[in-house]
Amino acid sequence: MKPLLELRDVCYAYHSRGGETSALQNISFQVQRGEFIAVTGPSGCGKSTLLSLISGLLVPESGSIVFSQEREAEESDGGKKQPSSTEKGIVEVTDAAAAAALRRRIGYMLQKDHLFEWRTVYRNVVLGLEIQHRLNEESKAKIEKMLRDYGLERFRDARPSELSGGMRQRAALIRTLALGPELLLLDEPFSALDFQTRLAVCDDVSEILHREKKTALLVTHDLSEAVSMADRIIILTKRPARIRNILELKFEQEGLTPLERRSTREFQEYFNLLWEEMRDYEEDFPIAAEFV
Amino acid sequence: MRKIFRSQRSSSEFERVESGIWEREILACEIAQRGELFGTSEAQHVYLRSLRKRQYRVRAIRILIFVLFLILWESAVRLSWIDGFIFSSPSRVVKTFCAMWEDGSIFQHVGVTLVETLVSFACVVLLGIGVAVLLWYNTELSEILEPYLVVLNSLPKSALAPLLIVWLGANMKSIIVAGMSVAIFGSILNLYTGFNEMDPDKIKLIYTLQGTKRDVLTKVILPGTVPLLISVMKVNIGLCLVGVVIGEFIGARQGLGYLIIYGSQVFKLDWVILSIVILCVIAMLLYGALNFMEKKCLRRQER
Repeated sequence: MKPLLELRDVCYAYHSRGGETSALQNISFQVQRGEFIAVTGPSGCGKSTLLSLISGLLVPESGSIVFSQEREAEESDGGKKQPSSTEKGIVEVTDAAAAAALRRRIGYMLQKDHLFEWRTVYRNVVLGLEIQHRLNEESKAKIEKMLRDYGLERFRDARPSELSGGMRQRAALIRTLALGPELLLLDEPFSALDFQTRLAVCDDVSEILHREKKTALLVTHDLSEAVSMADRIIILTKRPARIRNILELKFEQEGLTPLERRSTREFQEYFNLLWEEMRDYEEDFPIAAEFV
Repeated sequence: MRKIFRSQRSSSEFERVESGIWEREILACEIAQRGELFGTSEAQHVYLRSLRKRQYRVRAIRILIFVLFLILWESAVRLSWIDGFIFSSPSRVVKTFCAMWEDGSIFQHVGVTLVETLVSFACVVLLGIGVAVLLWYNTELSEILEPYLVVLNSLPKSALAPLLIVWLGANMKSIIVAGMSVAIFGSILNLYTGFNEMDPDKIKLIYTLQGTKRDVLTKVILPGTVPLLISVMKVNIGLCLVGVVIGEFIGARQGLGYLIIYGSQVFKLDWVILSIVILCVIAMLLYGALNFMEKKCLRRQER
């Protein structure tokens, strides 16, 4: 089966007057349909840059990001397909136009919910549809259903400030899911929550993602969060980020919620493995370790 | 540009701080009054009573100072401590006001000044938002224009008034432009700075939802800077009034500025004082109107 997303030797550097900062070097990996992948690594290593590249906000300097197009072939816009397509139904994201076409199928959740205080919850949730001029009876019905399913119906006309942290995150998730994305990019979406809410929202989101059968790529520096949610964990090195290791997670019992996973034996093992992995890395750079 | 923005603000800072304390206390009172329904402790009652007492005391002393000032002024003239011909007096001001009310001339002067102020204010708001949006859209343009805006903003605008009269003629048009000239550059700089201070992640959100720069403007920048817009307007309505009066000093046949200059030249100082009093009232009313609008706007947002 063709992977939903494939990165091949992706490199990216930030340019400023002071010089060039290489953020990512030779990143290659594949994401299968329905998979939940976590990306972790030392802070500031370029994890968020990776998501920006995949979502098309940034264009890679070299290498390619290939997004398989088989399922939503009818939606793809012929004019936006690049001549550089190597295989049928596959778009090579090498320029801005192709990136724009790609973005339609990707949902992106930022670190904070960024619900706009000057809009009601409902008007926040339909923001994406409004921008893409896709607000019609069908999409409205879908929104209503999601609001009901995720327990926000009562708050549709409330202001975001009246919601709890968990509800805000759910509202932000509906805003993303309303666009019907195939791939979800989660950029530390729980880091702004307190620990208790965080565990609950993790369960919430992972259940929703499973129910909607979404493919997801989660960026986090919280190792336990990565182990509790992911099918695979990609570990990045310090900047410039390269792939250090890819850890496959196998739990005896399948279909556990993140919270249930936390109390299994495997969770401890994988956590320790990941911890060692990160520590080894520090030993490679003894000076850095001294300061940690 | 940011530095100028700060210095622009500082003039109204004191007043904002002061009114902030005041509003918070009133708010505390309201919340507490709601709390009374559920039954609150004796200590809370005592605290509330002391708050309310203080509120009344402040109001009473404010009015008292004003009344005492009027009495002192009037009696100083009556007792010939000062010359009523030069210093006027409350009763003379009232008499002048009544006389001008009867012959209708006061309406003409006040009306002209008010219309000129409101028109120039409207132009400043529209032009200010327009240019700030343009600068935000095109950062290269804003870089090019920055030194010009900075110089024009710090230039004493009264220096421009004589030029405007010569160029545009001694008519309403040049006085409206004079009013605008005082406020426009500051509003552009303030609004532009405010636009650029918007949370970059909110802007990124629009892009992740596949929005364009236009969407960023209409969905984030403009609705997100409404409070800033109102506070800029609050500063500018006063500045427009200043500019209009300066314009009227130099080239007008009517308006309160004209009345002040003409009155001082013919030694009718009652006119001058009356005009100043009316200007105070106008400034207070205009500011109050915007304050009212701000509260309504913010309440709608919070609701």
